[in-house]
Amino acid sequence: MNSREEILALLRENARYSTEDLARQTGLAESEVEATIEDLETEGIIRGYQAVVDLDETEHEHVRATVELNVTLDRETGYDDIAARLAKFPEVQGLRLVSGDFDFQMEVEGDSMSEVSRFISEKVAPVPEITQTVTHYIMESYKERGVEFGDGHEDDRLSVSP
Amino acid sequence: MTFEESERLHSVPPSGIRRYFELAEEQDDIISLGVGEPDFAPPWSARDAAISSLERGQTSYTPNRGLRELRERIATDARERYDLAYDPDDEVLVTAGASEALDLAFRAFHDPGDTVAVAQPCYLSYVPGATLAGADVRDVPTREADDFTLTRDVLEAAGAGAADTLVLCYPNNPTGATMTRAELEPVAAFAREHDMQVFADEVYAALTYEHNHTSIATLEGMRERTVVFSGFSKAYAMTGLRLGYALAPAAAIESMNRIHQYTMLSAPTTAQHAAIEALDNCADDVAGMREAYDRRRQFVLSRFAEMGIDCFPASGAFYVFPECPWANSDAFAEALIEEQSVAVVPGHVFGAGGDGHLRVTYATSLANLKKALNRIETFID
Repeated sequence: MNSREEILALLRENARYSTEDLARQTGLAESEVEATIEDLETEGIIRGYQAVVDLDETEHEHVRATVELNVTLDRETGYDDIAARLAKFPEVQGLRLVSGDFDFQMEVEGDSMSEVSRFISEKVAPVPEITQTVTHYIMESYKERGVEFGDGHEDDRLSVSP
Repeated sequence: MTFEESERLHSVPPSGIRRYFELAEEQDDIISLGVGEPDFAPPWSARDAAISSLERGQTSYTPNRGLRELRERIATDARERYDLAYDPDDEVLVTAGASEALDLAFRAFHDPGDTVAVAQPCYLSYVPGATLAGADVRDVPTREADDFTLTRDVLEAAGAGAADTLVLCYPNNPTGATMTRAELEPVAAFAREHDMQVFADEVYAALTYEHNHTSIATLEGMRERTVVFSGFSKAYAMTGLRLGYALAPAAAIESMNRIHQYTMLSAPTTAQHAAIEALDNCADDVAGMREAYDRRRQFVLSRFAEMGIDCFPASGAFYVFPECPWANSDAFAEALIEEQSVAVVPGHVFGAGGDGHLRVTYATSLANLKKALNRIETFID
């Protein structure tokens, strides 16, 4: 692994590692670490840093849904055009073109089920190219972005062993 | 009626590690850098294979030497990774941990009066294993000046040439030292010249960070005199599943198996099913764990350097072996547990050559390592 890949792997594991800690783990100088991260950001490889939150454990109600979208294309409108339009809505947390029975998989977040439903019916469904929407409300989340939401793996090792 | 301990057992002292275990257990917020096993759970697919085998009711004894499918995979893995060529039919023995295999070898090949030279500091089982087999032990202390590698000089200085057997473990517990092919050559020459058998504990072979592991058995004239010990505990984080193996010429495996068939019968069946899956599909998991260990290793070495604690650049297993800042390493380790709730193990516990050092395990999360090293820094200030 080169130093870019190494930094990227570490930040994907934990975006809160300090420059100092990244340097210590990779043997790079702190200035090299900073320069590498800056490059990764400028080049659009690193697009942001976010916490992985178990929303069910927070005090506010959050509703999330995965929406399957089917679209028709014409000479003037391609997937990218439709995606650009949908991605602008702040309710849309994720949007991907996928293979299989439908075209886009969209993740939507809102404060209530009615808010999410209204968003789909009033903002998404009327888009002329969209021919069908199927909404799946998320009922329970077990793992997000590689992080399990269970009680975790307890360290049950003997405290000192040969 | 009293139970009178055998003389052999009587000469084996209780484990020197016990005291630190007891002290650490008394502390609430202990961060232990005193552990000799991975902090990871075994790869899920290996655990899943173990569960599936239980569901299918595959809980009978296996053949003494282990499941044929497992022996084949062990032989293939040893050939592909380390250029070790062993026939799965009669040159592989699957055991309950590498520890069992070592015990079998000590008992199979020694009579009272034989001598076993043990490169030290080392894992705690070799000396008792040799002693319980009736052999005399000759300590071969390695030196920090040699980065704790085994050299011809230290073998000669210890009079190891008079021994029947040489035991060595690289990558090493407790020092984290590794040995290159070039460094192993003179050791192999020494063993050939003195017609010694060699017990090579290579259970940490998958965990090297500067160069790939070389097995001493691959050096000229060594295969015929070497038993290689390895297992699934370290590379696959399967310690509690208790699965190891020995690789050796057919006659040696036959001898070891004669003890194994009476005392163990066969290695744990569930663990053998997990091990088959581990060898088939878990190379990526091992690579991921290895990368994590390497980052932690570099983190710990750089923190010790910042604190001004001398520590040779350990390049294998998951241990570093810094010099103890105090003259009395027992007092240091005890005070560190009591005052800062950080457990490390004094190096002398692991035998000759270890005095004045501390074994520090980095098989724990980076967050824990960070906290523990900050506490050590506070402690020595």
